[in-house]
Amino acid sequence: MKMGALTRTVRLGFKSLMLHKLRSLLTTLGVLFGVSSVIAMLAIGEGASEEAQEQIRELGSQNVILRSVKPPDELASNQTSRVLSYGLTQADLRRAESSYPWVTRAIPVRQLQQEVRLGERALNPRVLATVPEWIDVTGRMISEGRFLSAHDEENVNNVVVLGYEVSRWLSPFDNPIGTEVKIGADYFIVIGVLLPRMRLDSDAAAPGSEVTGEVFVPLSTGTRWFGDMQVKIRSGSREMEQVELHEIVLEVETPEGVPLTAGAAREMLARNHNQRDWEVVVPLELLAKAEETKRIFNIVLGSIAGISLLVGGIGIMNVMLATVTERTREIGIRRALGAKKRHIMLQFLVECVVLAVGGGLAGIALGLGIPFLVERYADMRTIVRPDGPILAFGISVGIGLLFGLYPAWRAANLDPVEALRHE
Amino acid sequence: MAPDPQPAAGGNAPVAELKDVQRVYRMGNNEVRALDGVSVAFGAGEFWSIMGTSGSGKSTLLNILGCIDRPTGGSYHVDGTNVNELDDDGLSELRGTRIGFVFQSFNLIPQLNVLENILVPVFYRDEQPAHAEDRARMIAERVGLGGRFDHRPTELSGGQQQRVAIARALINDPPIVLADEATGNLDSTTAQEILELFDELHAEGKTILLVTHEAIIARRAQLMLRLKDGRVEKIEAGDKSR
Ligand SMILES: Nc1ncnc2c1ncn2[C@@H]1O[C@H](COP(=O)(O)OP(=O)(O)OP(=O)(O)O)[C@@H](O)[C@H]1O
Ligand SMILES: [Mg+2]
Repeated sequence: MKMGALTRTVRLGFKSLMLHKLRSLLTTLGVLFGVSSVIAMLAIGEGASEEAQEQIRELGSQNVILRSVKPPDELASNQTSRVLSYGLTQADLRRAESSYPWVTRAIPVRQLQQEVRLGERALNPRVLATVPEWIDVTGRMISEGRFLSAHDEENVNNVVVLGYEVSRWLSPFDNPIGTEVKIGADYFIVIGVLLPRMRLDSDAAAPGSEVTGEVFVPLSTGTRWFGDMQVKIRSGSREMEQVELHEIVLEVETPEGVPLTAGAAREMLARNHNQRDWEVVVPLELLAKAEETKRIFNIVLGSIAGISLLVGGIGIMNVMLATVTERTREIGIRRALGAKKRHIMLQFLVECVVLAVGGGLAGIALGLGIPFLVERYADMRTIVRPDGPILAFGISVGIGLLFGLYPAWRAANLDPVEALRHE
Repeated sequence: MAPDPQPAAGGNAPVAELKDVQRVYRMGNNEVRALDGVSVAFGAGEFWSIMGTSGSGKSTLLNILGCIDRPTGGSYHVDGTNVNELDDDGLSELRGTRIGFVFQSFNLIPQLNVLENILVPVFYRDEQPAHAEDRARMIAERVGLGGRFDHRPTELSGGQQQRVAIARALINDPPIVLADEATGNLDSTTAQEILELFDELHAEGKTILLVTHEAIIARRAQLMLRLKDGRVEKIEAGDKSR
């Protein structure tokens, strides 16, 4: 059949459906909701796995991260001044380094509470004191200058590497390399700037808003100037915290070693700490969790989509069966005027497909709206890829064809004489 | 016993030829013999009228002649093609191109306008002819429709609707035009106009087979076929033959 004939059939289908606008509209609802669920499902699932993958990229897929966490405040809050000592220690670092054969490197990180200032501009980023290997293990990249070196570490140099956001905030117009910034009470020479972490849209968020960037100083320098003690002033009371190491990043030789390392690290920490002041973060486990979220969403939305599409398809079939009965005489006339069975079949199939695609298109519009709302109100990342709507469109065409088949077949096989006599 | 075939009663070469045609409806144990051995040859370019009491089998005969129904016995040839040997598509093709139908109740398609209704049979042809729309306008003009091309059937009078139906029957230029009580739903003046249209078509060389109840109308034909209980009762000459 030629293209012109098909367009004419589609137009004819439209015309016939427009004779019963409300009925046609109601018929499309099932497909509409089914299709929008499909799109939302894909977008949410895609968002969840993208988010997890991003986290993994950020933390390193072959890393296991040990972190200090403040143990729950038990009944000590009426004290005005005290020293709270918790967290990972140098001893943990040594143990982690030496005891597992599949750990290639263990990177200590200390986090300092210090203000960073350049001229008038000041902010409170995370000041991380670490060793040169940090950048290799985490896979981060330098955009300008260089990262900390072994030489800096040995000589306890007052040098600092700025994170991208911090660099943008402190020195929006000039290259900051070589300038001196003040961290706490001391001056540090800027030797490098890192590339942004992941999303470049943090660009826009930098000036004015609170910058949560990072700066890096040699571990030896950090310890020399700032010691182990952190003083926090909190609602009138002075609180001192003593934390030796905030983070230990373990680099594992192979991905298969990651769960083993995580298990061993948990065991080691549990054995050596008498309080729960640590946690073990395994990026690969985050992925598994994200996959789980995605799976649950797929089941829920997939069921909604499946049921809606089924009900929608049956609705279309039902209405089309009624239409075939109503239009029996028209079918008879067309047959008498030379229509072959396949012409009648095509005419009614096209009508079903037009109905289903109408619902499908509206469903795509709604389906694109749902991820937007989810992102806004449920704080979940969603990603709409073009194959979502394309798939949804294909599904609606398929529904139209599948559920139109029987009514169209009925129409095509009516006896012309009987059909002509029909009132 | 079937009566002898009436070889080309009008003298012309047959364009539609029935030989001992039976049409039997089975209803449980009963059978209704709507046509019971009809043999007749309709010559090319002849104008026939078909008469008979109600239930005598006129519509059944016309349906078979129009290839929307098949005989249950006997044979029917259109333009030399044996209808029994055709499949459903072949029959459809035949009625689309060789036969024009005009019905008592007009049978226009309500959601289509006049022009679209006239063009329906074109739509179902395997090859789309060029300038079909121009031709439709020309024919509409020819059957006296004036310019009402985008009116819906419901916006037309009965006579106008029947003119649309006739234009539709003519659009593929079939050699045979079948009319089943085409004037039955029209007042006498309008009926007269429609009948004049059939006269003109006959003059142009089409074979016209007109089913009617009314003797006056029947007599306008060259030949009158009278059916009784599914059989040919007699064939007479009409006024036109003189
Ligand atoms: N589908 C059918 N099933 C059973 N019997 C049928 C069917 N169609 C027609 N008949 C019978 O066949 C016979 C001829 O019917 P037909 O419609 O051809 O008559 P007709 O001459 O056109 O009558 P009228 O002038 O009333 O239109 C009738 O007895 C009718 O009851
Ligand atoms: Mg009849």
